[in-house]
Amino acid sequence: MASKATVSPNVDLAKARQHTRRERWQSFRRVMTQNKAAMAGAIIIAAYFLIMLVAPVLAPYDPFEISLEDKLTPPSADHWMGTDDKGRDILSRILYGSRLSIGVGVASVAFGAFFGIILGLIAGYYGKWVDTIVSRLLDVMLAFPGILLALAIISALGPGLVNVTIAVGVFSIPLFARIVRGSTMEVKQLEYIDAIRTLGANDFTIIVKHIFPNVLSPIIVQGSMRLATAILSAAGLSFLGLGAQPPSPEWGAMLANGRDFLFSAPYMAIFPGMMISVLVLGFNLFGDGLRDALDPKLKK
Amino acid sequence: MFLFIVKRLVQIVPVILGVTLVVFLIMQMVPGDPAAILAGEGASQETIEQYREDLGLNRPVLQQYVSYVGNVFQGDLGNSLKNKQPVLDEIMLRLPITMELAFYSILITIVLGLGAGIISAVKPYSIRDVSVMVIALLGISLPSFWLGLLLMYVFSVKLHWLPVAGWDGPLNIILPAVTLGLGGAAIVARMTRSSMLDVIGQDYIRTARAKGLKEHFVIYKHALRNALIPVITVVGLQFGSLLGGTVLIESVFAINGLGRMIVDAIRTRDLPMVQGGVLVASLVFVFVNLLVDVLYRAVNKRIDLN
Amino acid sequence: MEPEVVLQVKNLKTYFTTSKGTAKAVDGVDFTLHKGETLGIVGESGCGKSMTSLSLLRLIPSPPGKIVDGEILLNNKDIVTMKEDELRKVRGNQISMIFQEPMTSLNPIIPVGEQIAETVRLHQRLSRKAAWQKAVDLLELVGLPSPEKRAKQEPFQLSGGMRQRVMIAMALACTPEVLIADEPTTALDVTIQAQILELMKDLQKQIGMSIIFITHDLGVVSEVCDQVAVMYAGQVVEHRSARDLFNSPLHPYTQGLLASLPKIHENQEELQTIEGAVPSPYDYPAGCRFADRCQHARAICRAEAPVLEAVGGTESKVRCFMYTEKWETAAEEEEVLCP
Repeated sequence: MASKATVSPNVDLAKARQHTRRERWQSFRRVMTQNKAAMAGAIIIAAYFLIMLVAPVLAPYDPFEISLEDKLTPPSADHWMGTDDKGRDILSRILYGSRLSIGVGVASVAFGAFFGIILGLIAGYYGKWVDTIVSRLLDVMLAFPGILLALAIISALGPGLVNVTIAVGVFSIPLFARIVRGSTMEVKQLEYIDAIRTLGANDFTIIVKHIFPNVLSPIIVQGSMRLATAILSAAGLSFLGLGAQPPSPEWGAMLANGRDFLFSAPYMAIFPGMMISVLVLGFNLFGDGLRDALDPKLKK
Repeated sequence: MFLFIVKRLVQIVPVILGVTLVVFLIMQMVPGDPAAILAGEGASQETIEQYREDLGLNRPVLQQYVSYVGNVFQGDLGNSLKNKQPVLDEIMLRLPITMELAFYSILITIVLGLGAGIISAVKPYSIRDVSVMVIALLGISLPSFWLGLLLMYVFSVKLHWLPVAGWDGPLNIILPAVTLGLGGAAIVARMTRSSMLDVIGQDYIRTARAKGLKEHFVIYKHALRNALIPVITVVGLQFGSLLGGTVLIESVFAINGLGRMIVDAIRTRDLPMVQGGVLVASLVFVFVNLLVDVLYRAVNKRIDLN
Repeated sequence: MEPEVVLQVKNLKTYFTTSKGTAKAVDGVDFTLHKGETLGIVGESGCGKSMTSLSLLRLIPSPPGKIVDGEILLNNKDIVTMKEDELRKVRGNQISMIFQEPMTSLNPIIPVGEQIAETVRLHQRLSRKAAWQKAVDLLELVGLPSPEKRAKQEPFQLSGGMRQRVMIAMALACTPEVLIADEPTTALDVTIQAQILELMKDLQKQIGMSIIFITHDLGVVSEVCDQVAVMYAGQVVEHRSARDLFNSPLHPYTQGLLASLPKIHENQEELQTIEGAVPSPYDYPAGCRFADRCQHARAICRAEAPVLEAVGGTESKVRCFMYTEKWETAAEEEEVLCP
């Protein structure tokens, strides 16, 4: 009897939560598929990831092959996006560059999310002085305007794509941490967390198995929005010459190169910029839709 | 109010200390011997030791930090590695240019953002609203450095209406300020719209209509003032990304502001210059946020309760 | 001699078009309001009483809401077809409104005195200063202590009861002919409720206006109303004097409502409830909308829709076949059908 009494509420709770989770997933899917803008965003993102995977198949030329007699030819049937100042096919470079530009964005957000989530969970769950220290730290990180913190980090680590990834990722940490911290504090107060604790679960189990799944949706919304900004920032840093170095076909770096030929060959700057813009647009559309679907409170 | 300002001033002291600490620590992360880097390439062992002694680099890290903060508060940001001139002098030359650019940009952000947001919110889901919001979505998606190049190509290269680059006259300000301001305007427009829609759905707007007020008054006297309260915060934060954005835009348009100075300093490994530039830009941002806080509080007295 | 009619609503229909279809929130409402009288509009939440009250001043959020049919005659002038600027002269001037939520119905960043003075200036030719003085006087009239000081305060500095007094002062600013009070006391504490009701009764005597009192609380109705219109599923099902209604409710729904009230003087084992649920406004049944919950229902109730009619030459109106000649014939048919 006694064992039943302790087990059954736990099972019920788990069932109830599974049930609401399925319901939530269904309503989420409904809202997302009805939201045309979000669908458009999803399609754009999917297309880019496809390009990333099959770039070698799609690319008509070797992205690194220099052919000076073909330099600076405008878009034509042979070279759909023209060639650059070294005669390289811009389309092929853009296709290959997708791996770098998207990769840096995704990696930096993953980096920021990882540390941000840990900090946020710890601060939100333990509260008190732990929260105070973490919150002050986040305040300080947010006191740096825009990408200046990233610049400072790069100045120490030196230019390069990996360092850009870290620098942009660090800037994402406080954004994730704040959101996770707030949600954790909310979830922590729910009754079932108390129930689980009285059943003998330790802090680690509670945080990982019970609180984390409940703060996932704001993390996903923030992640999608953050990807847009991260890709922009990373491309910006490469544009400044602090990220990908020539002859890398990273889009920001290609744009920087194109700037020098703005008078004679504007297409060198136009196409990489367009690729960045459409991708970021996709993430923004998708993020807007996600936010409406997952978090009606944030609909504003 | 006075008390509030004093309180906020006291509160930003730890933030400022934190910023100096972060900047200081980042420079500690630089691989290699800091004294060797500071002495410059090809310096003799003797010169390097001299530097280590002069700059106190042989002391414990904490002591170094304390003396660094002390120097910062006295306005000593160190000397450039390149021309050995005080970093602060260079910053004082560059900062006004960046601030001027930031000022015009934020002006565009506010005027355009508010205007577009209101236009959208007054007739939600109309063609006008949808087109404004589509443009705003593009505004937050286009990389500013690319938009800058496009505008430069159209208005300077093709139409010859505006100068290509530099910072010599009022005409030079237009393109960079527009480029930099547009992104922020898009964000402010989105925020203003949602805030307005939120407010227009409130009970007190129904009350205002029930009184017999003209729609014009309902929107501008009752709705807008309430809707602006959250927008103020967004504008404040926007100023931060705008300051960061100057780094890119100054490079695109070859403007010798603070941002370009930092980028050039990174390229030439002029660490004190980077350190000083990032620190000053961050301090400007901290104080602008303080200003926004005070403004916010002046508009919204209800904060008293919380 | 009957007092003159101030407001007459005929066949009012307010529909909401949403992705789920058309919600007939108000679907053929009729009632009459006489000078100096208090009419209670009663019903459960969702029956359309609030939407009716908002429709009277055309304050329905549009889109998705729209008045699709009917007339709202204020002194024989139809509000439904009025031009915007004409309508604005009615709002807050001839007809004014107070709402359920005093906490949110006042603009949070404008001093309350200014919010009242604004209404005064809008409808009367008064200087800024005179309007402000009038606002202070009004606050005194509604019993707000130290009105001079309070007028300069913003809503957050006032309690719920005080804010509702401010709302009343604002509504009375231009001595309206009709005051619509939409659940004005629901959000308030019981003691404050009583004070506000008392205040409204007092002011009605002083000013001589008519009141439409929207509520779900029959206790409040019995205290303040002369006439009552009971609403169910977007329609008025019973419209008569409060005394008659409480003494001998006619419509089975009204009977159910009254039976569900706790009675202090009787020993009740448990409160009665009305079985079943209110039909969805997206899809009303073809016949009587209450038929599915009614213990008297006969075949005719599901086949035909009853109309709101006077009962046997009295002033009382009810929407029920039980009080028509059809009822007996229906009974005979029924016996034939199911012996």
